[in-house]
Amino acid sequence: MEYKISNRLRMGAIIMMVLGLIGVVYGFMDSHSVTEANISEVLAAEHHGHGDAHATESHGNEHADSGHGEVVAHGEEHNSDKAHGGLTHHEEHALHQIHNRPYAALYVGAFFFFMIALGVLAFYAIQYAAQAGWSPVLFRVMEGITSYVLPGGLIVLAIAFAADSHLFVWLKEGVTEVGHENYDKLVAGKSGWLNKTGFFIRGLIFLGGWSLYRYFSRKFSIAQDSADDNKNFKKNFRISAAFLVFYIYTESMMAWDWIMSVDPHWFSTLFGWYVFASMFVSGITVIAMITIYLKSKGLLEFVNDSHIHDLAKFMFGISIFWTYLWFSQFMLIWYSNIPEEVTYFVTRIEHYKLPFFGMLAMNFIFPLLLLMNSDYKRINWFVIMTGIVILCGHYLDVFNWIMPATVVDRWFIGMPEIGAILLFGGLFLFIVFTALGKAPLLAKGNPFMKESEHFHY
Amino acid sequence: MEASKVIHAIYTDDDVLMSAVKKVKAQKHHIEEIYTPFPVHGLDKAMGLAPTRLAITAFLYGCVGLTVAVLMMNFIMIKDWPQDIGGKPSFSYLENMPAFVPIMFELTVFFAAHLMVITFYLRSRMWPFKKAENPDPRTTDDHFLMEIAVHNNEGELTSLLQETGAVEINIVDKDEDAH
Repeated sequence: MEYKISNRLRMGAIIMMVLGLIGVVYGFMDSHSVTEANISEVLAAEHHGHGDAHATESHGNEHADSGHGEVVAHGEEHNSDKAHGGLTHHEEHALHQIHNRPYAALYVGAFFFFMIALGVLAFYAIQYAAQAGWSPVLFRVMEGITSYVLPGGLIVLAIAFAADSHLFVWLKEGVTEVGHENYDKLVAGKSGWLNKTGFFIRGLIFLGGWSLYRYFSRKFSIAQDSADDNKNFKKNFRISAAFLVFYIYTESMMAWDWIMSVDPHWFSTLFGWYVFASMFVSGITVIAMITIYLKSKGLLEFVNDSHIHDLAKFMFGISIFWTYLWFSQFMLIWYSNIPEEVTYFVTRIEHYKLPFFGMLAMNFIFPLLLLMNSDYKRINWFVIMTGIVILCGHYLDVFNWIMPATVVDRWFIGMPEIGAILLFGGLFLFIVFTALGKAPLLAKGNPFMKESEHFHY
Repeated sequence: MEASKVIHAIYTDDDVLMSAVKKVKAQKHHIEEIYTPFPVHGLDKAMGLAPTRLAITAFLYGCVGLTVAVLMMNFIMIKDWPQDIGGKPSFSYLENMPAFVPIMFELTVFFAAHLMVITFYLRSRMWPFKKAENPDPRTTDDHFLMEIAVHNNEGELTSLLQETGAVEINIVDKDEDAH
């Protein structure tokens, strides 16, 4: 039951990465071609193109409802509109947003693929901790996917480091300095948690813990293949239970740090769970898709329709769970209508109507209707098609987390965004499928393997 | 109508019953009914019963529940006595929709669940004060009973059922009026 990454797939992944890299580089060059010197002409040309309606509308709103706007927005009012080197406020914001975009696009793509791997790691640990009998035939697929946790996480951190205040306004110079023009009282109050050193130390601790679990569980899983007792399995059970405790705390903190802090004034106590639901459903979807792919290659013949059925049930169920959390967060904030909270959704509904509501349709309505019927959960191509919709939906979800705070209304899914998807998608495929080839696809030593092979719903 | 004859074969184990059902089906005999003390997984497939349409009715009932919730909340909160919800006096159902989602959800579930159960009872011909159809009270405890119609082949059926591990085989006149 050996699998080796095929040359076609490897070439495909490399081509994706190269094309993606071109897109990303283009994104950076394109955004940096706009400078203080020519921002006025660029904006003038833009307004001309968009027509007057847009021009008049966007002028007034920009300050009030942008996450950046608020923080960048100058603690004390400037006397003249021409503040920085002859730029108006509007021009200055636009310039920031244009420069933020390639970083944000890169970050969204990197985080999306990282979160898939992390979601699968949690799913895998749950299978062990629950001593699930149905899933051991899928363990090697899951282990393959989780090989992306460490590289993916390091990339996210590296981008965060490189992007600095392009993504995280609380990293701006002087934000915590009383009297500085960037001084922000709210951010200063949070600086005990939100500071650069803390951010990266925490990031490395999170990643370190997750990677350690992944390293040892993989090691024990391989060792169990040739063992004649269940010692390795028992060890795996124990570290999985411990990992889940560690994970549920660190995942939540990671969500505050890596995502929620792009809007440093805004907070939601539900956010960690909500991010978890997103990564969980994306991860399960990718397990199903890769399993079906490998099956179509004639591998994984021990995986039967019932396993696919169960994965599809999870896709269905966790999609609804995601909606539940999303809505719980939304409804309370919408209902209470407190300005500092509701600004988060005002920005999104005002400037992100399509991705915001489109994501709801893709992450809720589609899986709800497509996967409701029991029989459809067994039709492989149906699961793949629904999976694609779910993944696109959750990409948009990540997009809606990051973009409104960084580029406000200057969003578009263009070269930088698609480039980042291709770049990290290619890397993800390359790493995952290489890892899949490193061990037999059947974790044959697992004590539940017989039960799993005969799993029948 | 003349009373028809049926064979009652009694088993004491669900696995034995399952294999017996498969053997009887393989011999092309028609199984009228099986009485079991608990649901036996896969029995419906082995008996060749058509898949249940209960799930479809549940979906339709859910849609009814959703509609009822929308119409009800629209009448109560928007039309009949307009409410200012969350300091947003828009008086539009759509704009206040998030506040109604929990109700929409609950009524969808409520309708789907209750009406599905009622449908199931009716479809199973169970209603209050009805005399039990179950021919042998032991099937409510620890015995399984398979009922097969007899068409002048008593001997053949009896020996087949004996082979399958039935602990008791009775031939009874089925009184159609009993239920």
